[in-house]
Amino acid sequence: MIINFLFAAIKAGTPLLFGTSGEIMSEKSGNINLGVEGMMFMGAFMGFYAAYHTGSLALALLAAFAIGVFAALIYAVLTVSFMANQNVTGLTLTIFGTGVAKFFGEMMISKSGGSPKLSERFLASISEKPIPVLGDIPLLGKLLFSHNPLVYLSVIIAIICTIYMLKTRHGLNMRAVGENPGAADAAGVNVTLVKYVHILLGGGICALGGAYLSLINGGGIWNNSSVVNGQGWISVALVIFASWNPAKAIFGSLVFGAFSVLQFYVPKNIIVIPNAFYVMLPFIITTLVLIISSMRKSREGSQPAGCGVNYFREER
Amino acid sequence: MEQINHETMAIELKQITKTFGSVVANNKIDLSVKQGEILALLGENGSGKTTLMNMLSGIYRPDSGSIFINGAPVTINSPEDSIRLGVGMIHQHFKLVEALTATDNILLGSREKGIFLHKKRSEKIREISERFGLEVDPEKKIYQMSVSEKQTVEILKVLYRKADILILDEPTAVLTPQETTRLFEILRRMKQEGCAVIIITHKLNEVLEISDRVTILRKGESVATVTTAETNARELTELMVGRPVELAIHHLKTDFHENLLEVHHLSVADEEGFETLKDVSFDLNRGEILGVAGVAGSGQKELCEAIAGLLPLKKGAILYHNEDLAGKSPNEIIKMGISMSFIPEDRLGMGLAASMGMVDNMLLKKYNEGKGPFVSKKKARELAKKLVKQLDIVTPSVDTPVRRLSGGNVQKVLLGREIESEPNVLITAYAVRGLDINSSYTIYDLLNEQKKKGVGVLFIGEDLDVMLELCDRIMVLCHGKITGIVNAKEVTKEELGLLMTDASGKGGDAHEV
Repeated sequence: MIINFLFAAIKAGTPLLFGTSGEIMSEKSGNINLGVEGMMFMGAFMGFYAAYHTGSLALALLAAFAIGVFAALIYAVLTVSFMANQNVTGLTLTIFGTGVAKFFGEMMISKSGGSPKLSERFLASISEKPIPVLGDIPLLGKLLFSHNPLVYLSVIIAIICTIYMLKTRHGLNMRAVGENPGAADAAGVNVTLVKYVHILLGGGICALGGAYLSLINGGGIWNNSSVVNGQGWISVALVIFASWNPAKAIFGSLVFGAFSVLQFYVPKNIIVIPNAFYVMLPFIITTLVLIISSMRKSREGSQPAGCGVNYFREER
Repeated sequence: MEQINHETMAIELKQITKTFGSVVANNKIDLSVKQGEILALLGENGSGKTTLMNMLSGIYRPDSGSIFINGAPVTINSPEDSIRLGVGMIHQHFKLVEALTATDNILLGSREKGIFLHKKRSEKIREISERFGLEVDPEKKIYQMSVSEKQTVEILKVLYRKADILILDEPTAVLTPQETTRLFEILRRMKQEGCAVIIITHKLNEVLEISDRVTILRKGESVATVTTAETNARELTELMVGRPVELAIHHLKTDFHENLLEVHHLSVADEEGFETLKDVSFDLNRGEILGVAGVAGSGQKELCEAIAGLLPLKKGAILYHNEDLAGKSPNEIIKMGISMSFIPEDRLGMGLAASMGMVDNMLLKKYNEGKGPFVSKKKARELAKKLVKQLDIVTPSVDTPVRRLSGGNVQKVLLGREIESEPNVLITAYAVRGLDINSSYTIYDLLNEQKKKGVGVLFIGEDLDVMLELCDRIMVLCHGKITGIVNAKEVTKEELGLLMTDASGKGGDAHEV
């Protein structure tokens, strides 16, 4: 029972982990991108569309990643090159991305004459399979090593992002740009390039989270109304919960995943709470996390100082 | 033009022009520095010193003119180009990432090979700092550092990149005299190693002490280059201002002997409970200028705010004519005749609304006089016009947003408004911050006038030379504690400097006072 619950929590947390890792990349380079929800939605559609037509998992992920990069490019051009307000641009991207994905989703539905469904062969490629040897470990094998391939991908990406950020030269330059672009610039770092690279990379990773939602959670059927459904926003909050560290986000996404699947594992005959409460739960927790972490005041685990502020070298 | 032949010029600027919109910041400026030479760049505020240097460091690009480095013509499009050419600049406002360690700040943006940062990278930095005799903990985060430590990191950054052209923009503005001496030793050592050094400063005595030659800028043009050994403070000031200036600060004697403000065992804590003022006691007399000296962030701001009623007191009492100010609102305190003008680094942050004109800024303090729900602009307008006339404020009109005025004029507006409310106690912090000599003297005169009227002035200052001449007594703050209240006539700058760093418990520097 508990193993099943945690297993489901990991599954539910995976799209959040993608979204959070992506957003951390963007914020660490000084750009708060509130378009995660929109980028995820576009990734969800693009991933599904590619899977529907090609039947290839690799192509589906590539397509999702590409559309995420494209969506983030819109954001990057507006905020980095044209100095538009980051919050407004991000919100607009969410509205835009959601709209565009639903529009094309509707087209796909009407073209297929009902509900588009992924092929059996494709579904087999993303099914949950125990990893040989490791999957045979009692309990742990089931809990950690019997997932669909995207779960491992999300964890690998989060770990790579963390090592990149904290241990490499480019990661150092990126953190400096996020904290104080003026100082990084004076030290010879190409601020514009660093910002572009990480916003685009972040967008691509976020969109992978969207692809996860449409391919895995959707059960192989495209459903226009409830694909992403606020997961992008929870990811943005998770960034704060994880104190801008993707490795900590692995744990954070597990916690939030657990809350979102809690309703299926609470013995209904003992505790009687309306289902709507469980649906609401992740958002309540999000609010609480935001309140608590806004009271926490440590220099290390806090938002990069240059986040949200556009940089213009010749400003006087 | 003096052109010393056959010695290699490290830097040569020819006919450099830079405009911002319609403002000409630099107009056909010529400048040269030899290898192994220290050049001082002198000029009033807005004369274009920093702009000129920013073109060497790649922040700005010149509109026209040419730059030669070690004899070869170069184009500097970005800080990256500048670093590659061996130019290192230490900006007035440090370019450091607060959340990172000293080491990571130094390594930032370096073009070394390898993807990963070395685990033992701090060791390497420690080696370099020891070789140059600089003391800094490479693993300390910048935000935990004092101002002089931050400057040391900036210098290390330049040394690490092996820059042979060093530019310092007002490096001593935030240092104690002892720290300044140490900085000058480092500069002299770099000079011996053949580096070219350009130092921007307001302080004439420092120019005379450290430089080989001086280039003077006035209103965006280079007016003269003189050899330091053949000049003096008077000549330099004349060149800078364009006419003779009386350099001595007038010191007034008053005869009041009345106690105005008494502060008893005052303690103030910040949000995290850290005491920013500890057990501060002093008194202020009528007709007295009491100076407050200290390294930046020693509690000056908190002291001002506590007296003005903006900060809650943790302990202690502030007595004004034997009435306790604790628990009174800022408005009540103003009505009692205590006035504060605090001029922060960005000058506009406190006291003035940048996008409003002088008239509206006068209203900020007068809005609740008069009857009815509407404010009357008439009186404010008259007052604004009076100040413009009295203090020679240069502004197109009294309705021009104050942010468009130059720094000196903004400060005159702020101080003028405070004085106009006829206070009995005038608190003024950094009144001459960033002001050129001329404007500074106007402000000193204003303060002396108040003193003559019997006002008690609390003068929070930065320049010890000025404070020694202007103030009657000087109180020294260090880490929120008073380390001494001394008679300005009987103390030396060095003694003040020791008081400023005293009680830090850092050891090493401990001297007897």
